Amino acid sequence: MSARRLNRGTGLGLGIAMGWFSLLVLLPLAAIIVKAAGGGLSTFGQVLTQGETRDALLLTVKMSVLVTLLNVAVGTLIAWELVRDRPAKTQGAARAGEWLWGRVRVAVDLVIDIPFALPTIVAGLVLLSLYGPHSPLGLHWAPTTQKAILVAMAFVTLPFVVRTVQPVLEELDADVEEAAASLGAGRLTILRRIVLPAVLPAIFAGASLSFARGLSEYGSLVLLSANSPHRTETVSVRLFAFIEQSNTASAAALATILLVVALAAIVVLDVMQRRVARHG
Amino acid sequence: MKSIKVTAALVAVGVLALAGCGSSSSGASSSGTLNVVGFSVLEQANQKVFQAFEKTSAGKGWKIQGAYGASGTERDAVLGGQPADEAQLSLAPDVAKLAGAGQVAATWADNATHGICTDSVVVFGVQPGNPKSIETWDDLLEPGVKIVTPDPGSSGSAKWNLLAAYGAYRQETGSAAGAEADMKKFIANVVTWPSSGRDATTAFENGTGDVLLSYENEVILARQSGQKLDYVDPSTSLLIENPCAVTKDAPKTAADLLDFQKSVEGQKLYVETGFRPLPGVDVGQVTVTGANDPSSPFPAIAHLQTIDKDFGGWDLADAKYFDETNGILTKLKAADSK
Repeated sequence: MSARRLNRGTGLGLGIAMGWFSLLVLLPLAAIIVKAAGGGLSTFGQVLTQGETRDALLLTVKMSVLVTLLNVAVGTLIAWELVRDRPAKTQGAARAGEWLWGRVRVAVDLVIDIPFALPTIVAGLVLLSLYGPHSPLGLHWAPTTQKAILVAMAFVTLPFVVRTVQPVLEELDADVEEAAASLGAGRLTILRRIVLPAVLPAIFAGASLSFARGLSEYGSLVLLSANSPHRTETVSVRLFAFIEQSNTASAAALATILLVVALAAIVVLDVMQRRVARHG
Repeated sequence: MKSIKVTAALVAVGVLALAGCGSSSSGASSSGTLNVVGFSVLEQANQKVFQAFEKTSAGKGWKIQGAYGASGTERDAVLGGQPADEAQLSLAPDVAKLAGAGQVAATWADNATHGICTDSVVVFGVQPGNPKSIETWDDLLEPGVKIVTPDPGSSGSAKWNLLAAYGAYRQETGSAAGAEADMKKFIANVVTWPSSGRDATTAFENGTGDVLLSYENEVILARQSGQKLDYVDPSTSLLIENPCAVTKDAPKTAADLLDFQKSVEGQKLYVETGFRPLPGVDVGQVTVTGANDPSSPFPAIAHLQTIDKDFGGWDLADAKYFDETNGILTKLKAADSK
C-alpha cells in the first residue's frame, strides 16, 4: 500500500476545495471563454479593431501599470512604516511623541482596509466631491482627466501591497539584520541583501493583485470618469455597454482579452520575481 | 449518518418551499403575489400605485412586489429567468426583446395606449439659478458649455436624450445633414457620459457640467427629494413613452394592474412624481411639488416630437442612429476626440 495514500480527512478536504473552486472560479471562467469562442475569431477581431474599445483597453492597461508601480513604492513604504520605523528610545518630550506615533500606527492599520469595505460606488462619489469641480482641495481632476482614473484605481488597490508585505516584515527576524550589522554591513546593504529578498515575493504578489484589480475596476469609475471615448473610457465601462446592448458575444470576447492580459501580467510578474530573487 | 438525514430533510424542505413560491405566482387564484420588474425611476410612484391597486376589488388579496434597475439590466434579468408578471421598461425595444423571446405576447402593443404606461419629455437640467442662461438647444452648442448626458451605449434611456437633440436640430436646420453638423458640436460639448440617468444626475449635482439632459419626471423627482438643480422645458422636445406589458404566464390580475396603471387614478399617482399623464387621460388639477410651477406643472411644448411620427418608430430609429457600428450617432460619438 502506498504510504502517500490520501486518508479520509485529506480526501474530503481536497474534494471540498476543488469543488468550491470549480463552482466559483473554473466554471464561470470556462463559460466566458466558451461564450467568446462561440462568436468565432471574427468577434475578437471586431472588438479589437473598434477604435473606441482598443483605446479603452490601452488606457486601462496603462493606468493599471501606473497604479501598480505606485502601489509597489507607496504600499511597501506604508507597510515598512507600520511595522518597522519606530522612533529610537528616548526620554521626556520625545516619549510623548513615541506614544502618539503608536496611536497613529494603530489607526492607520485599521483604516487601511476601508477601501475594501467601502462600496466602490460610494468611493466614487466621495472622490468626486474631493477631486471634482467642487473640490475643496482645488484639485479639479474628475471627471474629465485621466488623473481621476488613477485616483480611483489607487484608492481601491491601496491595501494589496500593504497587506501582503506587512506580515512578512513582521515575521522577519531582526536578529539577522543585527548580525549583519555587527559584521559591518551598512544599512543599504542590509536592506538590499536581507530585507528585500525576504519581502520581494510579497511585493510581487501584491503587485499582481493590484494590477488585476485595477484592470477590472468599475464601480468607482462610474462617477469619477467622464467615459469620453478614446480619452477616459475604461474597459469595464465598454464591457457594461456591450452587455446593455445585448451584445454578449463582444462582451465575452472583451472579457477573455482582459483575462489574457491579467494572466500575462501575473506570469510576467512571477518570472520577474524569480529572476530578481535569483540575482538579488 | 444522522447528519446526512438532517441535511436531506433540510434540502427537501428547501425544495418544497421553492416549489411553493413558484406555484403562488402562476395559476388563476384570487390571491397571491405579483412580481413587477421596472426601470429605476418608477419605484417611488409604483409603491403608491401598488398600494392603491391592492385596495381595489381586482387587487384585493394580492401583494405586488417590485424589482427595479436600469431598463436594459431588468430586461436581461427577465430574459435570464427572474420571475415577472409585468415588465415596465424605459424603451419599447426592451419589451420587444421579451416578446421576441416568447415571454411577452407579440401583440403587447396592440391596445389603446400602444403599450405605453407613462409619459415624460426631455428637459434641460441646469445648475441652481441657471448661471449660464441655458434656454434653447442652440445654447447647448455655444463653445465652453458643458453637457452631461448618460451614455446611449450603456443606458438605453439615454437614447431619448440624443434623439431629442437630433430632432430639435433637424427641425431648426431643416435637414438631416444640418442636424448631424449640430450633433457633432453637441457631442464635442459633452463632458461626461455616465452609465445611467441616475449617475448623470449625481455627477451633475456634484458640479459636473452646465446642463444635464434628463427626463422631466427624473428632474422633478430629484427636486422632490431635495436635490439642488433647476430645469428648463425647451420649446422643442421629444415625448418619452415608457412601455409596459404583462408576461404570458401571468395571472389575470396582472392585466388588471396594467389597466389600473393606465386609469385616471393610476395616472394621477404617476403624475404626482413628475410623469406627464397619458394622452386622453384627464387627471384634473394635480399639484406636483418639485415642478417649476407646482400648480401648472407641465407647460405645453411648442414642438413636441414623437418617436413614431418623427423617427419612424424604435425599430428604425435604433438601427439608424444607434447601431453599434453604423449608427449615425454612434459614429459621431466614436469620432469625437477632444
